[in-house]
Amino acid sequence: MQIPDVSEKWTAPINTVTIGATKDQGGTRAKTVTVGGQTTLPFLTFEGELPHKPVIAGFVADTPPDWPDVLKQAIGKEVESPVEWAQKCVQDYKVDLISLKLVGAAPAGKDASPDACAKVVADVLKAVDVPLVLWGCGDDEKDNLVLPDCSQAAKGENCLIGSAKETNYRTVVAICKSDKHKIIAEAPVDINIGKQVNILLQDAGFDLKDVVMFQTTAALGYGFDYVYTILERARVAGLKGDKLMACPQICDVGGEVWRIKEAVVDEDVLPGWGKLAKRGPMWEATCASVYLQAGADILIMAHPEAIKNVQATIQQFS
Amino acid sequence: MIFIGERINTGFKDVKAAVENKDADVIKSWAVKQTEAGATYLDVNLGAVSSKPEDLCWMIEQVQAASDLPISIDTNKPVMLKEAVPLCKKPPLINSTTAVDEKMEAMFPIVAEYNASIVGLAMDEAGSPKTADKRVENAGKLLAKAMEFGINPEQLFLDPIVMPLKYMQEQAQEILSGASQFRLFSDPPPHIVCGLSNIANGTTQKKLINRTFAVMLVANGLDAVICDVTDEDLVNALLTAELVMNKQIYADSYIEAFRS
Repeated sequence: MQIPDVSEKWTAPINTVTIGATKDQGGTRAKTVTVGGQTTLPFLTFEGELPHKPVIAGFVADTPPDWPDVLKQAIGKEVESPVEWAQKCVQDYKVDLISLKLVGAAPAGKDASPDACAKVVADVLKAVDVPLVLWGCGDDEKDNLVLPDCSQAAKGENCLIGSAKETNYRTVVAICKSDKHKIIAEAPVDINIGKQVNILLQDAGFDLKDVVMFQTTAALGYGFDYVYTILERARVAGLKGDKLMACPQICDVGGEVWRIKEAVVDEDVLPGWGKLAKRGPMWEATCASVYLQAGADILIMAHPEAIKNVQATIQQFS
Repeated sequence: MIFIGERINTGFKDVKAAVENKDADVIKSWAVKQTEAGATYLDVNLGAVSSKPEDLCWMIEQVQAASDLPISIDTNKPVMLKEAVPLCKKPPLINSTTAVDEKMEAMFPIVAEYNASIVGLAMDEAGSPKTADKRVENAGKLLAKAMEFGINPEQLFLDPIVMPLKYMQEQAQEILSGASQFRLFSDPPPHIVCGLSNIANGTTQKKLINRTFAVMLVANGLDAVICDVTDEDLVNALLTAELVMNKQIYADSYIEAFRS
Protein backbone atom coordinates (compact mmCIF):
# COMPACT_ATOMS: atom_id res chain seq x y z
CA MET A 1 0.00 0.00 0.00
CA GLN A 2 1.26 3.42 -0.86
CA ILE A 3 1.77 5.67 2.12
CA PRO A 4 -0.24 8.85 1.56
CA ASP A 5 1.69 12.09 1.36
CA VAL A 6 0.57 14.06 4.38
CA SER A 7 3.14 16.81 4.08
CA GLU A 8 1.79 20.30 4.49
CA LYS A 9 1.88 22.64 1.52
CA TRP A 10 2.30 26.25 2.58
CA THR A 11 1.59 29.12 0.26
CA ALA A 12 4.41 31.59 0.87
CA PRO A 13 8.04 31.63 2.01
CA ILE A 14 9.37 33.52 5.01
CA ASN A 15 11.41 36.59 4.03
CA THR A 16 15.13 36.23 3.64
CA VAL A 17 17.16 38.77 5.62
CA THR A 18 20.91 39.23 5.30
CA ILE A 19 22.85 40.94 8.08
CA GLY A 20 26.33 42.39 7.69
CA ALA A 21 28.21 43.74 4.71
CA THR A 22 31.56 42.62 3.33
CA LYS A 23 34.12 44.98 1.84
CA ASP A 24 32.57 44.59 -1.62
CA GLN A 25 29.21 45.54 -0.15
CA GLY A 26 30.44 48.66 1.56
CA GLY A 27 31.19 47.20 4.98
CA THR A 28 34.12 45.52 6.69
CA ARG A 29 32.66 42.13 7.70
CA ALA A 30 34.46 38.93 6.68
CA LYS A 31 31.10 37.31 5.95
CA THR A 32 27.39 38.02 6.10
CA VAL A 33 24.69 36.02 7.86
CA THR A 34 21.42 35.18 6.13
CA VAL A 35 18.30 33.92 7.87
CA GLY A 36 14.77 33.07 6.73
CA GLY A 37 13.65 31.81 3.34
CA GLN A 38 11.86 28.79 4.81
CA THR A 39 8.84 27.30 3.09
CA THR A 40 7.86 25.14 6.04
CA LEU A 41 8.08 24.88 9.83
CA PRO A 42 11.44 24.38 11.58
CA PHE A 43 13.50 21.32 10.71
CA LEU A 44 10.79 19.64 8.60
CA THR A 45 13.30 19.01 5.84
CA PHE A 46 11.02 16.48 4.13
CA GLU A 47 8.31 19.06 3.71
CA GLY A 48 9.89 22.17 2.22
CA GLU A 49 12.96 24.30 1.84
CA LEU A 50 14.99 25.40 4.84
CA PRO A 51 17.76 27.25 3.03
CA HIS A 52 19.31 28.91 6.08
CA LYS A 53 20.02 27.34 9.45
CA PRO A 54 19.12 29.21 12.62
CA VAL A 55 22.07 31.19 13.94
CA ILE A 56 23.46 32.16 17.33
CA ALA A 57 24.42 35.70 18.26
CA GLY A 58 26.79 35.99 21.20
CA PHE A 59 25.42 38.23 23.97
CA VAL A 60 27.76 41.17 24.59
CA ALA A 61 27.05 44.31 26.61
CA ASP A 62 29.01 47.52 27.07
CA THR A 63 28.69 47.09 30.84
CA PRO A 64 28.61 43.70 32.57
CA PRO A 65 24.97 42.83 33.23
CA ASP A 66 23.76 41.98 36.71
CA TRP A 67 24.45 38.30 36.22
CA PRO A 68 25.21 35.43 38.63
CA ASP A 69 28.85 34.57 39.19
CA VAL A 70 28.52 31.17 37.51
CA LEU A 71 27.87 32.91 34.23
CA LYS A 72 30.46 35.66 34.65
CA GLN A 73 33.06 33.10 35.63
CA ALA A 74 32.20 30.87 32.69
CA ILE A 75 32.82 33.77 30.33
CA GLY A 76 35.84 35.04 32.22
CA LYS A 77 37.35 38.45 32.78
CA GLU A 78 36.45 39.41 29.20
CA VAL A 79 32.92 40.17 30.40
CA GLU A 80 34.36 43.47 31.64
CA SER A 81 35.31 44.61 28.13
CA PRO A 82 32.85 44.55 25.23
CA VAL A 83 35.72 44.26 22.75
CA GLU A 84 37.38 41.28 24.42
CA TRP A 85 34.02 39.68 25.17
CA ALA A 86 33.00 39.94 21.52
CA GLN A 87 36.34 38.51 20.42
CA LYS A 88 35.96 35.58 22.80
CA CYS A 89 32.44 34.93 21.47
CA VAL A 90 33.73 34.76 17.91
CA GLN A 91 37.03 32.96 18.47
CA ASP A 92 36.15 30.55 21.27
CA TYR A 93 32.38 30.12 21.07
CA LYS A 94 32.23 30.33 17.26
CA VAL A 95 29.04 32.39 17.22
CA ASP A 96 27.63 33.59 13.91
CA LEU A 97 27.02 37.18 15.00
CA ILE A 98 27.52 39.50 17.94
CA SER A 99 24.55 41.04 19.70
CA LEU A 100 25.76 44.21 21.39
CA LYS A 101 23.45 45.71 23.99
CA LEU A 102 24.21 49.22 25.20
CA VAL A 103 22.88 48.70 28.72
CA GLY A 104 25.36 51.30 29.98
CA ALA A 105 23.26 54.00 28.34
CA ALA A 106 20.35 53.45 30.75
CA PRO A 107 19.59 56.68 32.63
CA ALA A 108 19.02 54.69 35.81
CA GLY A 109 22.43 53.06 35.43
CA LYS A 110 25.69 54.45 34.06
CA ASP A 111 23.86 56.87 31.79
CA ALA A 112 26.66 56.60 29.19
CA SER A 113 26.66 59.34 26.57
CA PRO A 114 25.72 58.74 22.92
CA ASP A 115 29.36 59.45 22.02
CA ALA A 116 30.68 56.84 24.42
CA CYS A 117 28.15 54.29 23.11
CA ALA A 118 29.10 55.00 19.50
CA LYS A 119 32.74 54.46 20.39
CA VAL A 120 31.93 51.03 21.85
CA VAL A 121 30.13 50.13 18.63
CA ALA A 122 33.08 51.25 16.52
CA ASP A 123 35.55 49.36 18.73
CA VAL A 124 33.55 46.14 18.60
CA LEU A 125 33.21 46.40 14.84
CA LYS A 126 36.98 46.82 14.60
CA ALA A 127 37.67 43.90 16.94
CA VAL A 128 35.49 41.27 15.26
CA ASP A 129 34.54 40.57 11.67
CA VAL A 130 31.13 38.96 12.11
CA PRO A 131 27.87 40.92 11.53
CA LEU A 132 26.44 42.93 14.40
CA VAL A 133 23.05 43.08 16.10
CA LEU A 134 22.80 46.37 17.93
CA TRP A 135 20.43 47.34 20.76
CA GLY A 136 19.89 50.49 22.73
CA CYS A 137 19.29 50.32 26.48
CA GLY A 138 15.50 49.95 26.20
CA ASP A 139 14.67 53.46 27.44
CA ASP A 140 12.94 55.10 24.46
CA GLU A 141 13.97 58.63 25.27
CA LYS A 142 17.63 57.77 25.75
CA ASP A 143 17.69 55.37 22.80
CA ASN A 144 16.43 58.17 20.58
CA LEU A 145 19.70 59.93 21.40
CA VAL A 146 21.99 56.90 21.47
CA LEU A 147 20.86 54.89 18.47
CA PRO A 148 21.42 57.58 15.80
CA ASP A 149 25.08 57.97 16.84
CA CYS A 150 25.62 54.23 17.07
CA SER A 151 23.95 53.67 13.73
CA GLN A 152 26.17 56.31 12.22
CA ALA A 153 29.26 54.65 13.71
CA ALA A 154 28.21 51.42 12.00
CA LYS A 155 27.16 53.00 8.71
CA GLY A 156 27.47 50.63 5.79
CA GLU A 157 27.84 47.55 8.02
CA ASN A 158 24.23 46.46 7.47
CA CYS A 159 23.61 45.81 11.14
CA LEU A 160 20.35 44.59 12.65
CA ILE A 161 19.22 47.41 14.92
CA GLY A 162 16.76 47.18 17.76
CA SER A 163 14.33 47.82 18.58
CA ALA A 164 11.42 49.53 16.87
CA LYS A 165 8.31 49.62 19.04
CA GLU A 166 4.93 51.28 18.65
CA THR A 167 6.30 54.20 20.63
CA ASN A 168 9.64 54.89 18.91
CA TYR A 169 9.53 53.33 15.47
CA ARG A 170 9.88 56.60 13.56
CA THR A 171 13.38 57.29 14.89
CA VAL A 172 14.54 53.75 14.26
CA VAL A 173 13.14 53.79 10.71
CA ALA A 174 14.83 57.11 9.99
CA ILE A 175 18.29 56.00 11.12
CA CYS A 176 18.07 52.57 9.55
CA LYS A 177 16.97 54.06 6.25
CA SER A 178 19.71 56.64 6.16
CA ASP A 179 22.52 54.35 7.37
CA LYS A 180 21.18 51.25 5.61
CA HIS A 181 20.60 48.89 8.49
CA LYS A 182 17.96 46.24 9.15
CA ILE A 183 15.34 46.64 11.89
CA ILE A 184 14.21 44.55 14.84
CA ALA A 185 10.45 45.08 15.33
CA GLU A 186 9.54 44.55 18.98
CA ALA A 187 6.20 43.76 20.62
CA PRO A 188 5.55 42.99 24.30
CA VAL A 189 4.46 39.32 24.11
CA ASP A 190 1.48 40.36 22.02
CA ILE A 191 1.03 39.07 18.50
CA ASN A 192 -1.51 41.77 17.66
CA ILE A 193 0.94 44.50 18.55
CA GLY A 194 3.60 42.53 16.72
CA LYS A 195 1.55 42.76 13.56
CA GLN A 196 0.68 46.38 14.24
CA VAL A 197 4.36 47.38 14.58
CA ASN A 198 5.04 45.78 11.21
CA ILE A 199 2.15 47.72 9.67
CA LEU A 200 3.57 50.93 11.15
CA LEU A 201 7.05 50.18 9.81
CA GLN A 202 5.59 49.50 6.38
CA ASP A 203 3.54 52.71 6.50
CA ALA A 204 6.69 54.61 7.42
CA GLY A 205 8.18 53.35 4.18
CA PHE A 206 10.38 50.59 5.59
CA ASP A 207 10.40 47.36 3.59
CA LEU A 208 9.30 44.43 5.76
CA LYS A 209 11.83 42.31 3.87
CA ASP A 210 14.44 44.13 5.97
CA VAL A 211 12.76 43.37 9.29
CA VAL A 212 13.29 40.71 11.95
CA MET A 213 10.49 40.29 14.51
CA PHE A 214 11.15 40.24 18.24
CA GLN A 215 8.10 39.10 20.19
CA THR A 216 10.17 39.61 23.32
CA THR A 217 11.45 36.49 25.02
CA ALA A 218 10.43 34.69 28.18
CA ALA A 219 12.50 32.19 30.11
CA LEU A 220 11.13 28.76 30.86
CA GLY A 221 8.74 29.13 33.78
CA TYR A 222 8.02 32.80 33.10
CA GLY A 223 5.58 32.88 30.21
CA PHE A 224 7.64 30.67 27.97
CA ASP A 225 4.55 29.00 26.53
CA TYR A 226 3.00 32.37 25.59
CA VAL A 227 6.05 33.37 23.62
CA TYR A 228 6.34 29.92 22.07
CA THR A 229 2.78 30.09 20.72
CA ILE A 230 3.31 33.62 19.43
CA LEU A 231 6.44 32.63 17.51
CA GLU A 232 4.68 29.59 16.13
CA ARG A 233 1.48 31.43 15.22
CA ALA A 234 3.43 34.21 13.53
CA ARG A 235 5.42 31.68 11.54
CA VAL A 236 2.31 29.75 10.46
CA ALA A 237 0.62 33.02 9.42
CA GLY A 238 3.68 33.97 7.38
CA LEU A 239 3.77 30.60 5.66
CA LYS A 240 0.05 30.91 4.93
CA GLY A 241 0.68 34.12 3.02
CA ASP A 242 0.30 36.88 5.62
CA LYS A 243 3.02 39.19 4.32
CA LEU A 244 2.87 41.24 7.51
CA MET A 245 4.03 38.23 9.53
CA ALA A 246 6.54 36.71 7.13
CA CYS A 247 9.63 38.07 8.88
CA PRO A 248 12.35 35.96 10.51
CA GLN A 249 12.31 36.00 14.32
CA ILE A 250 14.88 36.73 17.00
CA CYS A 251 14.91 35.58 20.65
CA ASP A 252 16.99 37.07 23.43
CA VAL A 253 17.44 33.87 25.42
CA GLY A 254 20.64 34.88 27.21
CA GLY A 255 19.16 38.22 28.17
CA GLU A 256 16.13 36.62 29.83
CA VAL A 257 17.25 33.34 31.35
CA TRP A 258 19.94 34.79 33.59
CA ARG A 259 17.45 36.96 35.44
CA ILE A 260 15.22 34.22 36.81
CA LYS A 261 15.73 32.45 40.10
CA GLU A 262 16.20 29.03 38.52
CA ALA A 263 19.30 30.32 36.74
CA VAL A 264 20.53 32.61 39.48
CA VAL A 265 20.09 30.85 42.83
CA ASP A 266 22.16 27.85 43.91
CA GLU A 267 21.28 24.68 45.82
CA ASP A 268 21.60 26.33 49.22
CA VAL A 269 18.44 28.31 48.50
CA LEU A 270 16.75 25.80 46.19
CA PRO A 271 17.47 22.40 47.75
CA GLY A 272 17.07 19.51 45.35
CA TRP A 273 17.40 21.68 42.25
CA GLY A 274 20.97 20.63 41.50
CA LYS A 275 24.12 22.66 41.14
CA LEU A 276 23.59 26.08 39.60
CA ALA A 277 26.78 25.76 37.54
CA LYS A 278 25.08 22.95 35.64
CA ARG A 279 21.46 24.04 35.96
CA GLY A 280 21.97 27.57 34.62
CA PRO A 281 23.42 26.67 31.24
CA MET A 282 20.93 23.79 30.96
CA TRP A 283 18.09 26.25 31.49
CA GLU A 284 19.46 28.51 28.77
CA ALA A 285 20.11 25.68 26.31
CA THR A 286 16.65 24.20 26.88
CA CYS A 287 14.89 27.51 26.28
CA ALA A 288 16.94 28.16 23.16
CA SER A 289 16.36 24.70 21.71
CA VAL A 290 12.62 24.89 22.22
CA TYR A 291 12.42 28.35 20.67
CA LEU A 292 14.11 26.87 17.61
CA GLN A 293 11.14 24.54 17.30
CA ALA A 294 8.75 27.48 17.61
CA GLY A 295 10.36 29.32 14.71
CA ALA A 296 13.29 31.36 16.04
CA ASP A 297 15.90 32.23 13.43
CA ILE A 298 18.37 34.14 15.59
CA LEU A 299 19.09 33.19 19.20
CA ILE A 300 21.00 35.56 21.43
CA MET A 301 22.90 33.43 23.93
CA ALA A 302 25.35 34.00 26.74
CA HIS A 303 26.77 30.90 28.45
CA PRO A 304 29.52 29.13 26.48
CA GLU A 305 28.27 25.66 27.43
CA ALA A 306 24.72 26.52 26.42
CA ILE A 307 25.96 27.92 23.10
CA LYS A 308 27.91 24.74 22.42
CA ASN A 309 24.94 22.59 23.24
CA VAL A 310 22.55 24.51 20.98
CA GLN A 311 25.07 24.63 18.13
CA ALA A 312 25.10 20.83 18.27
CA THR A 313 21.30 20.75 18.31
CA ILE A 314 21.10 22.96 15.21
CA GLN A 315 23.68 20.79 13.48
CA GLN A 316 21.84 17.62 14.39
CA PHE A 317 18.39 18.76 13.23
CA SER A 318 19.35 20.67 10.09
CA MET B 1 -9.69 36.64 1.46
CA ILE B 2 -9.29 36.28 -2.29
CA PHE B 3 -11.03 39.21 -3.94
CA ILE B 4 -11.96 38.74 -7.58
CA GLY B 5 -12.86 42.11 -9.07
CA GLU B 6 -16.02 41.77 -11.15
CA ARG B 7 -16.08 45.12 -12.90
CA ILE B 8 -14.45 44.30 -16.27
CA ASN B 9 -17.58 42.70 -17.59
CA THR B 10 -19.56 43.69 -20.66
CA GLY B 11 -22.68 43.44 -18.54
CA PHE B 12 -21.68 46.97 -17.54
CA LYS B 13 -22.50 49.52 -20.21
CA ASP B 14 -19.18 51.37 -20.12
CA VAL B 15 -17.21 48.14 -20.56
CA LYS B 16 -19.52 46.94 -23.30
CA ALA B 17 -19.03 50.17 -25.23
CA ALA B 18 -15.28 50.01 -24.62
CA VAL B 19 -15.04 46.54 -26.13
CA GLU B 20 -17.18 47.49 -29.11
CA ASN B 21 -15.11 50.61 -29.79
CA LYS B 22 -11.80 49.11 -28.67
CA ASP B 23 -11.44 51.90 -26.16
CA ALA B 24 -8.58 50.59 -24.01
CA ASP B 25 -8.68 53.41 -21.48
CA VAL B 26 -11.95 52.30 -19.88
CA ILE B 27 -10.68 48.76 -19.40
CA LYS B 28 -7.35 49.96 -18.07
CA SER B 29 -8.89 52.39 -15.65
CA TRP B 30 -11.08 49.65 -14.14
CA ALA B 31 -8.00 47.43 -13.91
CA VAL B 32 -6.14 50.13 -11.99
CA LYS B 33 -9.08 51.04 -9.76
CA GLN B 34 -9.70 47.45 -8.72
CA THR B 35 -6.00 46.79 -8.21
CA GLU B 36 -5.73 49.81 -5.93
CA ALA B 37 -8.82 48.65 -4.04
CA GLY B 38 -7.00 45.41 -3.12
CA ALA B 39 -8.23 42.86 -5.67
CA THR B 40 -6.41 39.51 -5.89
CA TYR B 41 -7.67 38.60 -9.38
CA LEU B 42 -9.29 40.73 -12.07
CA ASP B 43 -12.23 39.03 -13.72
CA VAL B 44 -12.51 39.61 -17.47
CA ASN B 45 -15.87 38.82 -19.04
CA LEU B 46 -16.60 39.33 -22.72
CA GLY B 47 -20.20 38.23 -22.26
CA ALA B 48 -22.44 38.14 -25.28
CA VAL B 49 -20.83 41.14 -26.97
CA SER B 50 -18.72 38.93 -29.18
CA SER B 51 -17.91 35.29 -29.68
CA LYS B 52 -14.44 36.01 -31.07
CA PRO B 53 -11.54 34.82 -28.93
CA GLU B 54 -9.49 37.78 -30.15
CA ASP B 55 -11.88 40.19 -28.44
CA LEU B 56 -11.41 38.41 -25.12
CA CYS B 57 -7.66 38.38 -25.74
CA TRP B 58 -7.73 42.11 -26.42
CA MET B 59 -9.44 42.71 -23.09
CA ILE B 60 -6.89 40.59 -21.24
CA GLU B 61 -4.02 42.42 -22.90
CA GLN B 62 -5.41 45.79 -21.84
CA VAL B 63 -5.83 44.59 -18.27
CA GLN B 64 -2.31 43.19 -18.15
CA ALA B 65 -0.93 46.43 -19.54
CA ALA B 66 -2.42 48.28 -16.58
CA SER B 67 -2.08 45.79 -13.71
CA ASP B 68 0.21 42.98 -12.54
CA LEU B 69 -2.68 41.02 -11.03
CA PRO B 70 -3.58 37.59 -12.36
CA ILE B 71 -6.67 37.33 -14.55
CA SER B 72 -9.88 35.49 -13.88
CA ILE B 73 -11.06 34.49 -17.36
CA ASP B 74 -14.82 34.52 -17.25
CA THR B 75 -15.85 32.04 -19.93
CA ASN B 76 -16.93 28.44 -20.07
CA LYS B 77 -15.93 27.98 -23.70
CA PRO B 78 -12.79 25.89 -24.22
CA VAL B 79 -12.23 27.54 -27.63
CA MET B 80 -11.92 30.89 -25.95
CA LEU B 81 -9.70 29.54 -23.18
CA LYS B 82 -7.24 27.92 -25.55
CA GLU B 83 -6.48 31.36 -26.94
CA ALA B 84 -6.77 33.34 -23.74
CA VAL B 85 -4.94 31.21 -21.17
CA PRO B 86 -1.53 31.23 -22.91
CA LEU B 87 -1.69 35.02 -22.99
CA CYS B 88 -1.84 35.28 -19.22
CA LYS B 89 1.39 36.34 -17.56
CA LYS B 90 0.42 34.68 -14.30
CA PRO B 91 -1.53 31.44 -13.84
CA PRO B 92 -5.15 32.53 -14.31
CA LEU B 93 -8.35 31.53 -12.61
CA ILE B 94 -10.75 30.02 -15.12
CA ASN B 95 -14.34 30.98 -14.39
CA SER B 96 -15.97 28.40 -14.74
CA THR B 97 -17.09 24.82 -15.28
CA THR B 98 -20.16 22.95 -14.04
CA ALA B 99 -20.15 19.41 -12.65
CA VAL B 100 -21.13 18.04 -16.06
CA ASP B 101 -18.65 15.38 -17.21
CA GLU B 102 -18.21 16.69 -20.74
CA LYS B 103 -17.62 20.18 -19.49
CA MET B 104 -15.10 19.13 -16.84
CA GLU B 105 -13.27 16.89 -19.32
CA ALA B 106 -12.90 19.82 -21.69
CA MET B 107 -11.81 22.35 -19.07
CA PHE B 108 -9.65 20.47 -16.58
CA PRO B 109 -6.86 19.55 -19.04
CA ILE B 110 -6.36 23.27 -19.72
CA VAL B 111 -6.24 24.00 -15.99
CA ALA B 112 -3.70 21.23 -15.43
CA GLU B 113 -1.53 22.22 -18.41
CA TYR B 114 -1.18 25.85 -17.34
CA ASN B 115 -1.17 25.28 -13.57
CA ALA B 116 -4.24 27.49 -13.50
CA SER B 117 -7.12 27.43 -11.05
CA ILE B 118 -10.79 26.98 -11.85
CA VAL B 119 -14.17 27.87 -10.46
CA GLY B 120 -16.41 24.82 -10.22
CA LEU B 121 -20.11 25.62 -10.12
CA ALA B 122 -22.03 23.16 -7.96
CA MET B 123 -24.63 22.58 -10.68
CA ASP B 124 -25.10 19.80 -13.21
CA GLU B 125 -27.28 18.82 -16.21
CA ALA B 126 -30.36 19.32 -14.07
CA GLY B 127 -29.49 22.99 -13.61
CA SER B 128 -29.21 25.00 -10.43
CA PRO B 129 -29.35 22.90 -7.27
CA LYS B 130 -32.28 23.40 -4.92
CA THR B 131 -30.84 21.83 -1.79
CA ALA B 132 -27.64 21.84 0.21
CA ASP B 133 -27.25 18.11 -0.42
CA LYS B 134 -27.40 18.54 -4.16
CA ARG B 135 -24.79 21.29 -3.94
CA VAL B 136 -22.51 19.03 -1.93
CA GLU B 137 -23.02 16.16 -4.38
CA ASN B 138 -22.10 18.35 -7.35
CA ALA B 139 -19.14 19.89 -5.55
CA GLY B 140 -17.90 16.41 -4.66
CA LYS B 141 -18.06 15.44 -8.33
CA LEU B 142 -16.05 18.50 -9.28
CA LEU B 143 -13.33 17.79 -6.74
CA ALA B 144 -13.07 14.09 -7.57
CA LYS B 145 -12.84 14.80 -11.29
CA ALA B 146 -10.32 17.60 -10.80
CA MET B 147 -8.07 15.28 -8.82
CA GLU B 148 -8.20 12.73 -11.65
CA PHE B 149 -6.58 15.41 -13.79
CA GLY B 150 -3.91 16.11 -11.19
CA ILE B 151 -5.51 19.35 -10.06
CA ASN B 152 -4.97 20.07 -6.35
CA PRO B 153 -7.84 21.11 -4.10
CA GLU B 154 -6.11 24.51 -3.76
CA GLN B 155 -6.61 25.07 -7.49
CA LEU B 156 -10.34 24.48 -7.26
CA PHE B 157 -12.79 27.22 -6.25
CA LEU B 158 -16.15 25.65 -5.43
CA ASP B 159 -19.17 27.89 -5.97
CA PRO B 160 -22.36 26.86 -4.14
CA ILE B 161 -24.47 28.91 -6.63
CA VAL B 162 -25.99 31.99 -5.13
CA MET B 163 -29.68 32.63 -5.86
CA PRO B 164 -31.55 35.92 -5.56
CA LEU B 165 -32.88 36.44 -2.08
CA LYS B 166 -35.91 38.33 -3.28
CA TYR B 167 -37.22 35.53 -5.48
CA MET B 168 -35.92 32.41 -3.74
CA GLN B 169 -35.70 33.31 -0.13
CA GLU B 170 -35.51 29.73 1.09
CA GLN B 171 -32.32 29.16 -0.93
CA ALA B 172 -29.98 31.30 1.15
CA GLN B 173 -29.85 28.77 3.99
CA GLU B 174 -29.22 25.92 1.53
CA ILE B 175 -26.30 27.87 0.06
CA LEU B 176 -24.78 28.50 3.48
CA SER B 177 -25.21 24.90 4.53
CA GLY B 178 -23.74 23.62 1.26
CA ALA B 179 -20.69 25.88 1.51
CA SER B 180 -20.13 24.81 5.08
CA GLN B 181 -19.94 21.17 3.99
CA PHE B 182 -17.50 21.88 1.11
CA ARG B 183 -14.90 22.60 3.80
CA LEU B 184 -14.91 18.97 4.86
CA PHE B 185 -13.90 17.52 1.49
CA SER B 186 -10.14 17.65 1.93
CA ASP B 187 -7.31 19.04 4.00
CA PRO B 188 -6.33 21.60 2.87
CA PRO B 189 -9.87 22.24 1.62
CA PRO B 190 -10.72 23.60 -1.81
CA HIS B 191 -11.43 27.32 -1.97
CA ILE B 192 -15.04 28.37 -1.60
CA VAL B 193 -16.12 31.22 -3.84
CA CYS B 194 -19.31 32.84 -5.00
CA GLY B 195 -20.63 35.41 -7.39
CA LEU B 196 -21.93 37.56 -4.59
CA SER B 197 -24.12 40.15 -6.28
CA ASN B 198 -26.69 37.56 -7.35
CA ILE B 199 -28.03 37.51 -3.81
CA ALA B 200 -29.24 41.10 -4.08
CA ASN B 201 -30.74 40.95 -7.58
CA GLY B 202 -33.83 43.09 -7.87
CA THR B 203 -33.66 44.38 -4.32
CA THR B 204 -33.63 47.96 -3.09
CA GLN B 205 -30.85 47.33 -0.51
CA LYS B 206 -28.26 45.78 -2.77
CA LYS B 207 -25.14 46.77 -0.85
CA LEU B 208 -26.50 45.88 2.56
CA ILE B 209 -27.75 42.50 1.40
CA ASN B 210 -24.47 41.74 -0.38
CA ARG B 211 -22.51 42.66 2.70
CA THR B 212 -24.68 40.74 5.15
CA PHE B 213 -24.72 37.59 3.07
CA ALA B 214 -20.98 37.80 2.38
CA VAL B 215 -20.23 37.87 6.08
CA MET B 216 -22.53 34.90 6.70
CA LEU B 217 -20.77 33.01 3.92
CA VAL B 218 -17.37 33.68 5.47
CA ALA B 219 -18.72 32.14 8.67
CA ASN B 220 -19.44 29.07 6.56
CA GLY B 221 -16.05 28.80 4.90
CA LEU B 222 -16.08 31.28 2.03
CA ASP B 223 -12.50 32.42 1.33
CA ALA B 224 -12.89 33.94 -2.13
CA VAL B 225 -15.49 36.21 -3.63
CA ILE B 226 -16.36 37.67 -7.00
CA CYS B 227 -17.59 41.12 -6.10
CA ASP B 228 -17.33 44.87 -6.42
CA VAL B 229 -13.95 45.34 -4.73
CA THR B 230 -14.36 49.09 -4.87
CA ASP B 231 -17.24 48.77 -2.38
CA GLU B 232 -15.23 49.69 0.72
CA ASP B 233 -17.94 48.77 3.22
CA LEU B 234 -18.20 45.32 1.69
CA VAL B 235 -14.46 44.74 1.68
CA ASN B 236 -14.10 46.03 5.25
CA ALA B 237 -16.91 43.74 6.42
CA LEU B 238 -15.19 40.77 4.77
CA LEU B 239 -11.81 41.63 6.31
CA THR B 240 -13.51 41.85 9.68
CA ALA B 241 -15.35 38.57 9.18
CA GLU B 242 -12.00 36.88 8.53
CA LEU B 243 -10.75 38.18 11.87
CA VAL B 244 -13.87 36.87 13.59
CA MET B 245 -13.20 33.49 12.01
CA ASN B 246 -9.56 33.69 13.20
CA LYS B 247 -8.32 33.41 9.63
CA GLN B 248 -6.11 36.49 10.03
CA ILE B 249 -4.22 37.84 13.01
CA TYR B 250 -5.77 41.01 14.39
CA ALA B 251 -3.84 44.30 14.34
CA ASP B 252 -5.29 47.73 15.15
CA SER B 253 -4.62 48.97 11.63
CA TYR B 254 -5.90 45.89 9.80
CA ILE B 255 -8.10 47.94 7.48
CA GLU B 256 -5.35 50.42 6.60
CA ALA B 257 -2.86 47.58 6.16
CA PHE B 258 -5.09 45.99 3.52
CA ARG B 259 -5.05 49.17 1.50
CA SER B 260 -1.40 50.15 1.96
